[in-house]
Amino acid sequence: MTESNPSPHRSAPVDHSATIKASLKRRYRAERRFRWYGRAAIAFGLAAVLVLFVDIISKGHGAFKTTHIAVPIHYDLDSLGIDSINDNQQLALANWDALFKSGMRQLLPEASGRSQRRELYRLISNGAGYDLKDRLQANPQLVGQRERIWLLADDDIDTYFKSLRDGEPYTARVSDQQIAWIDQLYASGDIATRWNRNFFTRGDSREPEQAGIWGAVMGSLFTLVITFALSFPIGVAAAIYLEEFAPRNRFTDFIEININNLAAVPSIIFGLLGLAIFINFFQVPRSIPLLGGLVLTLMTLPTIIITSRAAIKAVPPSIREAALGMGASKHQMVLHHVLPLAMPGMLTGAIIGMAQALGETAPLLMIGMVAFIVDIPGGFSDPATVLPVQIFLWADSPERAFVEKTSAAIMVLLAFLIAMNTTAVWIRKRLERRW
Amino acid sequence: MANDNERPIPGASVGEQFQDNARMSMRNVNIFYGEKQAIFDVSLDIGQNQVMAMIGPSGCGKSTFLRSLNRMNDTIEGCRVEGQIAMDGQNLYDEKLDVVELRARVGMVFQKPNPFPKSIYDNVAYGPKIHGLAESRVDLDEMVESSLRKASLWNEVKDRLHQPGTGLSGGQQQRLCIARAIAVNPEVILMDEPCSALDPIATAKIEELIEELSENFTIAIVTHSMQQAARVSHRTAYFHLGRLIEVNPTEQVFTMPEHELTEGYITGRFG
Repeated sequence: MTESNPSPHRSAPVDHSATIKASLKRRYRAERRFRWYGRAAIAFGLAAVLVLFVDIISKGHGAFKTTHIAVPIHYDLDSLGIDSINDNQQLALANWDALFKSGMRQLLPEASGRSQRRELYRLISNGAGYDLKDRLQANPQLVGQRERIWLLADDDIDTYFKSLRDGEPYTARVSDQQIAWIDQLYASGDIATRWNRNFFTRGDSREPEQAGIWGAVMGSLFTLVITFALSFPIGVAAAIYLEEFAPRNRFTDFIEININNLAAVPSIIFGLLGLAIFINFFQVPRSIPLLGGLVLTLMTLPTIIITSRAAIKAVPPSIREAALGMGASKHQMVLHHVLPLAMPGMLTGAIIGMAQALGETAPLLMIGMVAFIVDIPGGFSDPATVLPVQIFLWADSPERAFVEKTSAAIMVLLAFLIAMNTTAVWIRKRLERRW
Repeated sequence: MANDNERPIPGASVGEQFQDNARMSMRNVNIFYGEKQAIFDVSLDIGQNQVMAMIGPSGCGKSTFLRSLNRMNDTIEGCRVEGQIAMDGQNLYDEKLDVVELRARVGMVFQKPNPFPKSIYDNVAYGPKIHGLAESRVDLDEMVESSLRKASLWNEVKDRLHQPGTGLSGGQQQRLCIARAIAVNPEVILMDEPCSALDPIATAKIEELIEELSENFTIAIVTHSMQQAARVSHRTAYFHLGRLIEVNPTEQVFTMPEHELTEGYITGRFG
């Protein structure tokens, strides 16, 4: 309109271009500064992650290999003190250590006298006898045979042998005689670090060289299966009801406030709650994944409910109207349209909740999942521990060999987390619909 | 409601409110959003196979009124309808009436095309599926095809029935929504500004379609475009600040409006 009808207010045009130009410079500078703040923030975050990973990997990678000594073994029933390998009672009583002890004497014949021999035998892990028993039971044809076999070295020997390479040998737990023997074995190629299979196949142990992470991995897996199986359906059902069906009144407001508050409750409180309700009242046995899963469900539920409600709210109202306008019942509208569209968002909530649950230690301490458990759990009702608790236990152990085990366990926990999240993200990607 | 004082609005509407062959008849309808009243005492008939256009300035309540005809207002919290709205003599706000059944009989097309994020086929098949109208797969295929044909969309989409409906252009999406609505063979179709998000060519197609559909369906359409009302409708109702001002045959409304407010609106003095 102004072209055809010039307004009297525009009679004195002022040239603003100089002012604008001057301010432009300032504005661009501010923008550049702002971008640099962002870059600095990201760089800081990346550096922190990098330091964390470098630290953990440099400390923990050693645990994936462990020191072994090649010992000549003669599977001689006489030295075992038995006459048949088919009698379980005899097997249990047999002197299995005699096998590697005679092998060590053969390897280093100059060791003489009781105390020297005892030091000699201490080069080998005290679990080696059981390893030999398992091997002979699995391969009965070995009876009477000889073979050279790589046996696990004791953790003190392992720590010393690995520290040799760092240039600062850790000699506090080895004798001069043992050091001399290790040098001798090294020269003859009978001592070496080899892939640590035990670490990935065994449960916890008081002896660091025999301790493995697999028990805790299985414990975490069973616990999280219970947590997901309970918290996801309950959380989604609660979110759908609150968002789509519940009347808006004081009671539902009260519930909503409480759910939001629950999300902020310190996790140890959930542990106390689990102790009081599940163990004391319902008499659920302690230390089992079922119980751990129940407690973590309590902790995860608020997260899943809150994110699921947000995901449901984000479904455009036009889709609801379209469904209702077609004569879909409310139930059909939710099931056919809202739920599929909200599912990716709900899964995001589940990922966050499950990642929290995986890393949680405090509530599990209250319900006995901190126990020292050697056996690998085979189900939901076997005593178990979980990865973060295992890390906590190892970090607390005085043996130096547990330092690298702790870092290695952290790496396993991170790998578990990444595997879990990758699966969830992959499922979410498949469920996402294009608009 | 400051305007009430500036412009005297008569309590009664002018024109031919009532029809002999009424499909839907509304009597003394008042609609409230909480304390605020949006519709004041509207009485109106929509005749069999008629296209009834509802026009008026923004916020005059025409969409609210339209949405009360299939009880879509039920989904809005605090919305209350008083008076009588009947279809074939049956009161829609009767407690015994099932709202799901009602919406199968009174279909709706919305302002913004809102196909489901599913395939074209599934969009059209959705209504027949949930109401259990198709006895077999072949039956359903036929329903989908005939609905798409009636919505003049068949030729454009017959080769990509299983691609997402959201991948169509805006005008095609709106015709898909019309096909979806007519797939359950409703008696009445409500259209809430169906062309306001479309370009002129897509609009022309929809208008053509409305004309064809009026042979089989009774249609109530809310529109912002007076030209559109003039082109597609048989009767036009003019709403102003929640009141029905005038209802007359479309030709008459646009050539010799009875009421001065109607005249003011169609000549562009306000609106």
